[in-house]
Amino acid sequence: MRSLIDIQQLSVEEIDELIAKANDIIAHPEAYREKCKYKKLATLFFEPSTRTRLSFEAAMYELGGQVLGFSEAQSSSAAKGESVSDTVRVVSGYADIIAMRHPKEGAPLVASMAATVPVINAGDGGHLHPTQTLTDLLTISREKGRLDNLTIGFCGDLKFGRTVHSLIAAMARYENVKFALISPAELKLPSYIKKEILQEKKLEYIQTTDLSSVMPQLDILYMTRVQRERFFNEEDYLRLKDSYILTPQKLENARSDLSILHPLPRVNEISTAIDSDPRACYFKQALYGKYIRMALIMKLLEVE
Amino acid sequence: MNIDSIHNGIVLDHIKAGKAMEIYRFLGLDDLDCSVAIIKNAPSKKQGKKDIIKIDSEMALDLNILGFIDPEITVNVIKDGALIEKKHLTLPRQIRDVLKCKNPRCITSVEQELPHIFNLTDPRRAVYRCAYCETKAE
Repeated sequence: MRSLIDIQQLSVEEIDELIAKANDIIAHPEAYREKCKYKKLATLFFEPSTRTRLSFEAAMYELGGQVLGFSEAQSSSAAKGESVSDTVRVVSGYADIIAMRHPKEGAPLVASMAATVPVINAGDGGHLHPTQTLTDLLTISREKGRLDNLTIGFCGDLKFGRTVHSLIAAMARYENVKFALISPAELKLPSYIKKEILQEKKLEYIQTTDLSSVMPQLDILYMTRVQRERFFNEEDYLRLKDSYILTPQKLENARSDLSILHPLPRVNEISTAIDSDPRACYFKQALYGKYIRMALIMKLLEVE
Repeated sequence: MNIDSIHNGIVLDHIKAGKAMEIYRFLGLDDLDCSVAIIKNAPSKKQGKKDIIKIDSEMALDLNILGFIDPEITVNVIKDGALIEKKHLTLPRQIRDVLKCKNPRCITSVEQELPHIFNLTDPRRAVYRCAYCETKAE
């Protein structure tokens, strides 16, 4: 029995297998309609996340399985003070696999230690979100046909943006990947990530506050939202929320084959005028999230 | 300064000067009935000065905690007045219930019964991170 808490638990080969499986599901959805028949997924969402929860639920339904769960802590036993460990011990008797979102960092790890069924981390506060990273990797792989030899720009909140941290760690394992880190000074990538990943592996990166200066070099532009819930201080949030907004003008010096990704939801950091640009991949990305979760559920349930 | 040699017990040598009291507290040596000598700022060829703790009793030591506090410490085991074993410490890969995570967003901040686990993530810089939220130990 295996869980997925951190993307680093998966080898490059396993990620490649998941991507291959997701591609096969996209090509032959009918072949997967009963793969998880009679299996149940419990979605334990201690904080709301419509997109991630619906993506997991749609994934399980498309595999022929069933879904049970809750979408906020108030409607769960956590509101009565039950521990994460006790909750998952009970739910292990009702479901074959658990997807958990929790506002506290490390909660899904605690769950995986107590559960008797696989646990998937569906996001723990500002910490990890491995299925978003798998989604991003599938999107990049489908858009570019490769995961190596790429220049990827991360723009916006690189300090609290967990999707950015995970994706940098995941992309750092592929050959000749270069990074452009674009953010206001207050939201720079934490120095430990630079030290422990980029500098340790001697990877090429540029840190800048100016998106247009690096735009022509980018194969991928990964935009992020400045999230209110990651700030302790409302003033800081209001001051920084509009730091980087992508507009058609800012894309003028971008490559014609650029791929623009965003983990969504978007607030205003990508102008809606860009949605019709063929380089905008974020809605496709959200769709791919369902397919990679199907591949992951099958892998953890050991369904062939 | 002379301190009597011990017959059966443990000598913690090469403690970084000034750290002896911290180790005394961590190991719970104040609970012992036997003689315990704390020597501070003893001259040392290697370190300039060092602290030494002599415990005149056989006891089980948590070498993990000791290695975490100061991996340079040497543990000398004395039996019948003779040195029978010299143990060199290393940084433990994991420590449990020694430190508490200070990240208010960590699950350990709300679930008090969880063990506080830190993993050694960077042996060169002696960096430990919380096993749950990966916050660096201070």
